[in-house]
Amino acid sequence: MPAPIRLRELIRTIRTARTQAEEREMIQKECAAIRSSFREEDNTYRCRNVAKLLYMHMLGYPAHFGQLECLKLIASQKFTDKRIGYLGAMLLLDERQDVHLLMTNCIKNDLNHSTQYVQGLALCTLGCMGSSEMCRDLAGEVEKLLKTSNSYLRKKAALCAVHVIRKVPELMEMFLPATKNLLNEKNHGVLHTSVVLLTEMCERSPDMLAHFRKLVPQLVRILKNLIMSGYSPEHDVSGISDPFLQVRILRLLRILGRNDDDSSEAMNDILAQVATNTETSKNVGNAILYETVLTIMDIKSESGLRVLAINILGRFLLNNDKNIRYVALTSLLKTVQTDHNAVQRHRSTIVDCLKDLDVSIKRRAMELSFALVNGNNIRGMMKELLYFLDSCEPEFKADCASGIFLAAEKYAPSKRWHIDTIMRVLTTAGSYVRDDAVPNLIQLITNSVEMHAYTVQRLYKAILGDYSQQPLVQVAAWCIGEYGDLLVSGQCEEEEPIQVCLVTLG
Amino acid sequence: MQFMLLFSRQGKLRLQKWYVPLSDKEKKKITRELVQTVLARKPKMCSFLEWRDLKIVYKRYASLYFCCAIEDQDNELITLEIIHRYVELLDKYFGSVCELDIIFNFEKAYFILDEFLLGGEVQETSKKNVLKAIEQADLLQEVTLRHA
Repeated sequence: MPAPIRLRELIRTIRTARTQAEEREMIQKECAAIRSSFREEDNTYRCRNVAKLLYMHMLGYPAHFGQLECLKLIASQKFTDKRIGYLGAMLLLDERQDVHLLMTNCIKNDLNHSTQYVQGLALCTLGCMGSSEMCRDLAGEVEKLLKTSNSYLRKKAALCAVHVIRKVPELMEMFLPATKNLLNEKNHGVLHTSVVLLTEMCERSPDMLAHFRKLVPQLVRILKNLIMSGYSPEHDVSGISDPFLQVRILRLLRILGRNDDDSSEAMNDILAQVATNTETSKNVGNAILYETVLTIMDIKSESGLRVLAINILGRFLLNNDKNIRYVALTSLLKTVQTDHNAVQRHRSTIVDCLKDLDVSIKRRAMELSFALVNGNNIRGMMKELLYFLDSCEPEFKADCASGIFLAAEKYAPSKRWHIDTIMRVLTTAGSYVRDDAVPNLIQLITNSVEMHAYTVQRLYKAILGDYSQQPLVQVAAWCIGEYGDLLVSGQCEEEEPIQVCLVTLG
Repeated sequence: MQFMLLFSRQGKLRLQKWYVPLSDKEKKKITRELVQTVLARKPKMCSFLEWRDLKIVYKRYASLYFCCAIEDQDNELITLEIIHRYVELLDKYFGSVCELDIIFNFEKAYFILDEFLLGGEVQETSKKNVLKAIEQADLLQEVTLRHA
């Protein structure tokens, strides 16, 4: 029997297929060959065959018959076999099926292998797809590796521990001793993964959170070193030293400083320093600023620091990069309740974002605009929001209309303005108005006794032109029914008397 | 990170890394929908979108889309840097990487990703260290083959 064709050869061949049917035929032929090769328990070419199977799986074809073969590869002593075997396990094995449990023993052995790259494969696979049962069985091994002095393994063990904790939260306790001097590491990989592990533990357990608060000074020191240190080629990204680590430390500080005055005070200076000194010309600097702002807003920071944070967001809003504008709007939305006045200062920039081309930015700008409407700015804001209602995509109209009604109800400067605004909404986006809006509007009109004549006249004029928008017609019909006498008698002081034609509609 | 997908402008999947347990059927459905959504985006739109209860961060490099699904508390901007770092690693490894490199050497693309991320989190922030580890592992592969 000829040797099975090589992986790259197969890829080349399949790519020459001109139709889906032709491709399917090639795949079926190859799968049949692979199947018989598997049946023959061929050790030499198992690796090659599984690799080909993984390629075909990515194209969308079934590959479950290769699952057991992956296990055989993992059990092999050849590194090439293990590499493909573990990859296959991660791609083909499903933790919901029992077959994955057969991996447990292999992984256990490989976690104790003499070659760190084999140990690495095992840690990676366990940390990526280990089921709860596997995690229970192997947590002890992971904990051991978390204490090793080999930084290559230690960093992987830390993330593997994160996965174990996510799958089996009760096991968190057993990793506590190993966390003792994780932050003393010089190796950035270990530092980063340690911070992720500590974050996971603090998020899940208030006891752990209280326990790890004492790490705040050390975290502050590490962050300070990163900012103050000179150029480090190994970790530099556009002039910033290890932005990934900086962001994770800031996130952990956020969790530790939340609701705790002492911790918040201890991190105040470093936050101010990062907020003022970080280079903003590239995305990487802004990523750090973004995380800093989130932290400042979430902990018990002094007001000066909070204003600094909001101002950073304000500057973000003016950034050419729409990604930055997007996160600014998202963040402002989170803080608009607690720091209302500070956010108000950026109102005009926010309103400008209503005209942005990006749908996600528009949505946030709309939500934020509604949050910023108050008695002082209602007239100006409503002008912008009505214009927005007119020109925005259909997906926004219902929410926008509802928002306008709510705002008008709260802050209308006059009854006439209120009625006019409602009219405007009904005529521009009448068909998007929610069902409950109609009875509410009718209630409002009923209560505005002095406006009855004006209202009925305006509604009549509106439907004369166009009676396709149902809510408008409903309100109009009701009004005309109630106040038809006012309409016909032309008693409205504010408008010219109109000719009323008693015409049947539709 | 819950998952990372790499796909071409025609919607062909080039790499899929899942960090959450889902059935093959669910993965296919998610992939199909997400690919469609991302491909429908106009060039001027931002790199983020909300999809189901996840945040999607995507970026196009030449003919490939790199698409990550992150959770609510994750930082979108640093995720863009994570994507960029992965592209740099591929570029350094393959020497001016292109889509064909990833098609014909998909297993290597996975190996590189697995030295950079683990369980959806960054495991190594030094470009040099990731590439060194891959280099050493590749050598190990050579040695074993020679002995086989």
